[in-house]
Amino acid sequence: MRKLFSGDKIYRGILYASAFFLIVLLFGFFITFIFESSESLSKFGFGFITGTQWDPIDSQFGALPFLIGTLITSFLALIISFPLSLMIAVFLSEYFHKGFFHNIIKTAVELLAGIPSIVFGFWGLFVLVPVIRDFQTAIGIEAYGVGIFSSAIVLSIMIIPYTASISREVITMVPSDVKEAAYSLGATKYEVIRRIILPYSGSGIFAGALLALGRALGETMAVTMIIGNSNIMPTSIFSPGNTMASVIANEFTEATDSTYLSALIEIGLLLFIVTAFINLIGKYIIKKTARFS
Amino acid sequence: MKNISLMILAVIILTACGEKKDMKSLKEGVSGTTEILGAGATFPFPFYSKVFDEYNKIKGVKVNYQAIGSGGGIKQLVSKTVDFGGTDAFMDAQELAEAGKPIVHIPTCLGADVITYNLPGNPKLKFTGEVIADIFLGKIKKWNDKKIAELNPDVKLPSQKIVVVHRSDGSGTTFIFSDYLTKISKDWETKVGTGKSLDWPVGLGGKGNQGVAGLVQQTPGSIGYVELVYSKSNNMPAALIKNSSGNFIDPTISSVSLAANFELPADTRASITNTSSADGYPISSFTWIILFKELNYNNRDENHAKEIVDLIWWLIHQGEQYAEPLHYSPLPQQALLKAETILKSVTYNGKPIKE
Repeated sequence: MRKLFSGDKIYRGILYASAFFLIVLLFGFFITFIFESSESLSKFGFGFITGTQWDPIDSQFGALPFLIGTLITSFLALIISFPLSLMIAVFLSEYFHKGFFHNIIKTAVELLAGIPSIVFGFWGLFVLVPVIRDFQTAIGIEAYGVGIFSSAIVLSIMIIPYTASISREVITMVPSDVKEAAYSLGATKYEVIRRIILPYSGSGIFAGALLALGRALGETMAVTMIIGNSNIMPTSIFSPGNTMASVIANEFTEATDSTYLSALIEIGLLLFIVTAFINLIGKYIIKKTARFS
Repeated sequence: MKNISLMILAVIILTACGEKKDMKSLKEGVSGTTEILGAGATFPFPFYSKVFDEYNKIKGVKVNYQAIGSGGGIKQLVSKTVDFGGTDAFMDAQELAEAGKPIVHIPTCLGADVITYNLPGNPKLKFTGEVIADIFLGKIKKWNDKKIAELNPDVKLPSQKIVVVHRSDGSGTTFIFSDYLTKISKDWETKVGTGKSLDWPVGLGGKGNQGVAGLVQQTPGSIGYVELVYSKSNNMPAALIKNSSGNFIDPTISSVSLAANFELPADTRASITNTSSADGYPISSFTWIILFKELNYNNRDENHAKEIVDLIWWLIHQGEQYAEPLHYSPLPQQALLKAETILKSVTYNGKPIKE
C-alpha cells in the first residue's frame, strides 16, 4: 500500500514537471526571439509591421507584404476547405458510419495528413499551377499560374484532415437520445443535422478549424514552391506573393549581416505572435459559443 | 557448388579487408590526423566531392565537406570549427578584419550564370547587359520590344509579355548576376544593387536553381538565370551575351575559364564579371577555398596542417581534370599561378608549409 502511494507521488511529480517544462519552453522561445531580434526591433520599431520594402542590400526591412501574404493564404485556404471538411465529417458520421467504404474514406482523409508537404508542393507546381495558368489566360489576367490563389488551394487540401477528423469525432459524440428525440418529433435527417448535430458539436468543429488554420499559417515548403516568392505587396488574390514562413526558409541560410539576420528572426517572432493571437481569439469564441456543455 | 564457396570466401576476405581499413581511418580520425573538415558553398559541391573522393582513393585522406552555403562556410572558418571554408563570394575587407587573423583565398574553379528563357522553338538569342538589366528592372515588358529585336534581327519574337524569374533564396548565383548588372547599368546600381538576396522590382521567385528552372520551363514567355552547370546538365537554352570587347559569347566551359584570363590581383579576390578578356563570358565568377594563413591554431599539429595544404595543392592541379566532365570550368593558367603563390604563403609557426 505504502509502495503504491510513493509510486503515485512520483508519477504526479513527473506530470507536474512535464507541464511546467512546456511553459518554460514556450516562454524560452519567446525570450530568445525577442533577444535575437532586438537589433531589428529597436531599429525599425513599429515600422517593421507597416513597412512594405524588404531590401537586404540597404538594410531596410518591412514585413507587411509577408504578413498580408500569410493571412490571406491561410484564411482563404480555411474558407475553401471548411465546407468540404464539414461535409466529409457529416457524411462519415451520419450517412456512411460503418463498413468498408467508410473505412476507405476515413483512412484516405487521415492519410492526407501524413503526406509530406514537399509532395503537395510538387503536385501544386506541376499539376495545379498549369491549370490555374490556363484559367488566368481564359479570364484575361496576367497568367503567372503561381501565386496566392494557387497556394491557398494547395493549403486548403493539406488542412482538410484536421477539420474533418476532429469534426467527425465530435459529431459521433452527439448523444443518440437527443437525435432520437428529434426524430420522434418528426424531424427529417437534414433537420436533425442542421438543428441538433451542428449546434451541439459547433465548438468542437470550430476547434478543428482553428487547428487547421494554425497548420496553414506555419506551412512553409509547399507554399514556397507555388506562391511565386515576390516581396511586393499583392494586388489581387492571383498575384504572386510571399509568406512569413517562406521568407525565413528562403533567406535564412545566406543572411550574414546582423541586421538582416535579426530582421528575419523578428519575422519568426511576428509569426509566433500572430499564431498565438489567433488561437487566443479562437479559444475566446469557443468559450462564448459553447452551448450544450 | 565450388564456385559458390569460392565467392563466399572472396566476400569474406573483401569484407575483412574493408573492415580493417575502416578501423584504421576511424582510429586516425579520432586522433585528428587524416580527416579534413570543410564547409561552405553549395555551388562547387559536386566538383569537390568528386575530387575529395578521388583524393581519398589515392592518398587515403578523408575529406568531409558540408555544403551549407557560402555564408555558413565563412562563419564556420572564422569560428575555427572547420579546416577550410568554401565560398562563391570573396570576403570583403570588413569581414576579413572581423576574422581577426589573416585569411587567404584560393580559387579552385569557375562558374557562370546563364540567361535562359522559354519561347516557342527556343531560338538562340543574343543579349547585352543593358537589355538584361532593363528586363529584370521591368522596363522592357514585351518580347518584341525594339531593344531585343535590334539584337536578334533573324528571330521572329512574339508579342508576349516577359515573365521574369529570379532566385528566392539567398544565393551566390544571384550575387554574380547582380554584380554584373551593377557594373553595366547605372539604373540597376541605384535601384537594386549587388547582393545574395535582392529587393526585386518585378518577377517570380524560385527556390534554388531547380526552382528557377522549373518556373522557366513551365511559364511561356519567361526569362531567368541559372548556373551554367545546371543549364548544361538539363539542356536548357542559353543566351549569348555581349562582353566588354563587343563580342557575343556563348556560355561554355572554355569561355568561362577565359573570363579569368587577365591580370588578376595578387590575392585573387576579384570580381571577374564584365571581364576585359576578349573571348571571356561576362557573367562568370571564381569559387574559392578559404583558410587561415597561419595554420597553428586550436592545437593543430604540423602534420595535419601539411595535409590540408597538400589537399588543396592536389585540388588545383590534378583535381582540375574532374572539373570539365561535371561542367565546371577549370582554372586558366594565370589564375593557377596566382593560386600556387598564395598557397605557398600559408605557414605553420611562421614557416611556409609548401616549398
